[in-house]
Amino acid sequence: MNRFATTPLVQAKLRQEALASYAALGMLVCILLPLFGMVGDLVWQAAPSLTWQFLTTAPTHGMREGGVRPAFIGTLYLVTISLAVATPIGVLAAVYLTEYAQDTWFNRAVNIAVLNLAGVPSIVHALFGLGAFVYAAQLGYSILSASLTLAIMTMPVIIASTREALLSVPRSYREACWNLGASRWQTIRAIVLPNALSGILTGVILQVSRAAGETAPIMFTGAVFYKAIQPGTLLPYALDEQCMALSMHLYTLSTQTPGVAASIPNATAVLLLGLVFLVNSAAIGLRTFLRSRGK
Amino acid sequence: MNAIETCQLSLWYGTFQALKGITLEVEQGGITALIGPSGCGKTTLLRCCNRINERIPSVRTTGEIQILGKNIYDADVSLLELRKLAGMVFQRPNPLPMSIYENIVFGMRLHAPPEERTRAVLDQAVEKALTGTGLWDDLKDKLHTPAISLQLEQQQKLCIARLLPLQPEIILMDEPCAALDIAGTESIEQLIRSWKGVYTTLIVTHNMAQARRVSSHSAFMLSGELVENGLTEPLFTQPKDPRTAEYVSGHLA
Repeated sequence: MNRFATTPLVQAKLRQEALASYAALGMLVCILLPLFGMVGDLVWQAAPSLTWQFLTTAPTHGMREGGVRPAFIGTLYLVTISLAVATPIGVLAAVYLTEYAQDTWFNRAVNIAVLNLAGVPSIVHALFGLGAFVYAAQLGYSILSASLTLAIMTMPVIIASTREALLSVPRSYREACWNLGASRWQTIRAIVLPNALSGILTGVILQVSRAAGETAPIMFTGAVFYKAIQPGTLLPYALDEQCMALSMHLYTLSTQTPGVAASIPNATAVLLLGLVFLVNSAAIGLRTFLRSRGK
Repeated sequence: MNAIETCQLSLWYGTFQALKGITLEVEQGGITALIGPSGCGKTTLLRCCNRINERIPSVRTTGEIQILGKNIYDADVSLLELRKLAGMVFQRPNPLPMSIYENIVFGMRLHAPPEERTRAVLDQAVEKALTGTGLWDDLKDKLHTPAISLQLEQQQKLCIARLLPLQPEIILMDEPCAALDIAGTESIEQLIRSWKGVYTTLIVTHNMAQARRVSSHSAFMLSGELVENGLTEPLFTQPKDPRTAEYVSGHLA
């Protein structure tokens, strides 16, 4: 005798289950379709311009021909410098907030402020960067000003995600370490940070795409419409110079330059996507490696 | 009549074989203890009995488990009904993050049709379940406080109490007293003994004294094999297999 037969009530539950799982699947498709559609369309439109020359030559004939080399390298500069500044500061600030700070009203307020800062629109950061770095610090319109502005923009998110990563390290690990006579900093170095590393990296990865993609902050502080750079070198910009950037270039191609073949802005967009994709994949690969090493 | 009968049950986690051809009969209404060193497969065997193992990827099972006379790996077995009739109590109390009252009626809300879930029916079920586990007098005035706020012993009893409104026939216990002190252990054991003839209890325990105190039958497992099983007292006093003898006398790690 089957005591576990499917009763009508169970049947109803199974129907609900099917409905829920198909609805969830449907939503996934709703997200994936436009995504693949968009990327597919971009690549399709960009195809005529997607050549090696596009990456290695400067734009010519008033942006209507040639490639995007100065913008591509400019974006690499901005992303690298801004994250090189934002990551250590953000991670250490988060370490202070989670590992050292007492639970006082002031520190709680700081935490809330950081979360709120993460939601400030990029144009506001742009204005701040203009006032603080370009004028007050007298760095002028430069790669440095633009990178620092991007760093200010990405830092709160890095702090917030690092905090989450640190909090997810079990307290018992810390206690085990303290019990052997380790100082707080030794504990953080040896146990807390290594175990939080993959979570921290996730936060930083997300900020790579943001730093590469935002236009307003760099437009206000150091990115220009056109800048000739020396061909053939990998580091053609000085830090106090202005630079081109892919996001800015995409904006000027699409809105400020008449008579540009559609394939050029599309190819610029594909390049921007490709760059972000590459950096993200590398970071995900690194994270997988760190995890598999047993942290 | 047997409530549970496994036949040549083998289970692999990936390439690691955790159960090796287990054939075991569990008497209906009785209390059966599964003993053996850590990692011998007793918890795995327990978790097979209501197929709670299956969401773990890479688990592969062969053989049969007859529960209440039906092979639970048959296609016409509803997992939802199976788990209703074969409930489990875990090593750490795991009350749901809601009130005591809601913890107990949670299963009824899942399994009873809406028209049978009137306030009066639910209230009565809560009182009955809490009385049955000896919690009613302590908790009747704070039914709507969070279950997490209870002491561990009360939490574990609540986890048992929330199975009862579903009228299970089998209760699977995975070291239910591991997190409790002596008094808590004693009162859970008392509860288990009171189930004789009412529920079929299969209890995994590391504590051999506990196995002797509560169970009528015991099964000794080692490295995924069932070494010996039978009535508890003879198994402890005159074990047939030398490995059993070594383990029950406390020499085998």
